[in-house]
Amino acid sequence: MNKLKLIIKREFLAKVKNKSFIIMTILSPLLMVGLIMLIVFLNQKNSEEIRTVAYVDESGMLASVFENSEHTKYLNITELGLEEAKNKTNEFYYGLIYIPKAENLNNLSEGISFYSADSPSLGLLSSIEGRLEKKIQNLKLEELNFDLEKLKTTETRVDFNTENFTGEKSSKIGSVLKMAAGGGFGYLIFMFIIIYGTSVMRSVIEEKTSRIIEVIISSVKPFQLMLGKIFGNALAGVLQFIIWMISAGALLTVVTLIFGPEATDMSGAQGVGMTSEMVGQVQQTASNDLQLVLLEMKNLPIMTMFFSFIIYFIGGYLIYSSIYAAIGAAVDSETDTQQFMMPVLMPLMIAIYVGFSVIENPHGPIAVGFSIFPLTSPIVMLMRIPFGVPWWQLLISIVLLVVTFIGIVWFAAKIYRVGILMYGKKPTYKELYKWLKY
Amino acid sequence: MENVLKVENVSKTYGKFTALNNVSISVPKGSVFGLLGPNGAGKTSLIRIINQITLPDSGKIYLDKEELKPEHVHQIGYLPEERGLYKSMKVGEQALYLAQLKGMSKSDAKKKLDYWFEKFNISSWWDKKIQELSKGMAQKVQFIVTVMHQPKLLIFDEPFSGFDPINANLIKDEILKLRDEGASIIFSTHRMESVEEMCEHIALINKSNKILDGKLSDIKSQFKENKFEVGLQCENKIELFNEIKEKFEVEKTDAESDIDLRMLVTLSANDTSTNLIKFLNSKAQINHFTEIIPNANDIFLKAVANNE
Repeated sequence: MNKLKLIIKREFLAKVKNKSFIIMTILSPLLMVGLIMLIVFLNQKNSEEIRTVAYVDESGMLASVFENSEHTKYLNITELGLEEAKNKTNEFYYGLIYIPKAENLNNLSEGISFYSADSPSLGLLSSIEGRLEKKIQNLKLEELNFDLEKLKTTETRVDFNTENFTGEKSSKIGSVLKMAAGGGFGYLIFMFIIIYGTSVMRSVIEEKTSRIIEVIISSVKPFQLMLGKIFGNALAGVLQFIIWMISAGALLTVVTLIFGPEATDMSGAQGVGMTSEMVGQVQQTASNDLQLVLLEMKNLPIMTMFFSFIIYFIGGYLIYSSIYAAIGAAVDSETDTQQFMMPVLMPLMIAIYVGFSVIENPHGPIAVGFSIFPLTSPIVMLMRIPFGVPWWQLLISIVLLVVTFIGIVWFAAKIYRVGILMYGKKPTYKELYKWLKY
Repeated sequence: MENVLKVENVSKTYGKFTALNNVSISVPKGSVFGLLGPNGAGKTSLIRIINQITLPDSGKIYLDKEELKPEHVHQIGYLPEERGLYKSMKVGEQALYLAQLKGMSKSDAKKKLDYWFEKFNISSWWDKKIQELSKGMAQKVQFIVTVMHQPKLLIFDEPFSGFDPINANLIKDEILKLRDEGASIIFSTHRMESVEEMCEHIALINKSNKILDGKLSDIKSQFKENKFEVGLQCENKIELFNEIKEKFEVEKTDAESDIDLRMLVTLSANDTSTNLIKFLNSKAQINHFTEIIPNANDIFLKAVANNE
């Protein structure tokens, strides 16, 4: 046991002191935050720009639509005539709206055009279109003697209150939240397995190529060495993860302080040309929904999620990293690992793809099947858990995970034990099978 | 004589390949034991079994009369033929780690390492990484790592490879000093002159079988061919040579001399050197007479050839 501790310590320190680890750990959050800051900055720059849109309204009925807003100014140049206005716009303005003469309201909407030098912003276009439609509709309604004030009172908004049969409330926002939580956890495990599994494999290959392996295993059992490697790397990974979490949190706070709270959420909406009125509306529904989100968070099976994350994280990592260790032991150099990597990456990739369909249909046969199959369950089951999983499925899945874990570690240890002392040609699968019997 | 290590009827197969077939050896305490054999004979397999890196299929091994068990790794030091240390780890850190894996406490290990580093005059390397050292320098570190925990059994596989003659000599002296201090040494090599120089006992393995073992001096007399080199003072060398050739099996020797007649005489099994001397004495004056004793190299070649 004492030796295992020594090995874990060495592996951990070797990993943590490695330059690329330090650079990755420090640089990644900085890069992420830098990227976010860049996007926010560009968005702000974008929205600071004020665009001037000219219009020629030959009908004389729609001018009231063109009210100046924060980022868009409207200029009436009807007196110039269409051709002159086009030339002028090309030289000075962002775009030109042309509304031709109309004999009556019914063909007022015909032939309205937008001219611009570059392709215009879609957000701006649809916003102007929407207002023109509304205005023309109102004009028509007035012509038909409808009382617009009264009509306004009939406007209605419908939001489903979704609820399941046991009476738990759920909402669309809740589903999104579940997807995010499940998907996030699943993806985290996936990344962790690949990054740290590969790191275990590299470390095994390094010991093999530097030939220190024979010295080490004349002092400790190969199994101890393998476990020490797996745990040591996992600890380094957990450390890296914690550092990322803390620094990302700290840096985001700094960013929010610098750019103001709205910098991170609403400026994007303004960038695509929403009017301030619309933004206000969205903000209002957002604050309504924020309460819903908080409510939904309480409804998530947090404890189950937390404990199953730990179980599947440990199980999944141990299964895959011992396979990685066995692969490292079987080959002489990293370039030889290709043929063995494919079968390992396969179930992981499948799990991620199946994950997408799990989000669509968390209780379908595919979702259930892959969340029980032990090579994919660490990812797929975690994606399902926020949606509620029957306890017996969870139980079968975990039991299978543990059984597989024991089997795989046994199998990997056998390959490892023989492989680390084998040099020369790359083994075939048939030879690996023979090693099991040595 | 007491044995530090006893290997009894050990066999090991890898699939259909037999690496060791019923091999038994005994390593006497406080001596240097040469484990010899051609490439691929099974020496490394045997060494790995003694180090508990692999397990034998059958047979038993005793270290100091106790059956080999996991804790015994602390009492064995092993220098493998394929040397290796962690390239990007610092020399001192690495040596401390390996010492602790051999069961030493950190403070003991530090003391021992200081002693050896000073002895080899390499204290300044403590904070260097192995990749910054030359091959010979790394070998020195590796030697220290092998012996620092004062094991009762030391196993050296080709300990001199990679060393220049000066350092090879230094290492040889250290090995002999360790022996004098009570350690027992298994020494596997292809350099027969160092076997001759250092080993008191040897075992020869060929094609998975032990074909020869015992005290080197006993084996030498066992391999004696009753062959003598004689030098006779005479006038007519050719006539005398032919005369002797009629009675004994004679061959010319490379060590031809101007002064006397030199030749190699091989006696038949029932003949004695006394008879030869009597005969020669009656013919001419004998001024040279030595028995030809085979060296380790001859024994190696002959034993392996006989085994084919």
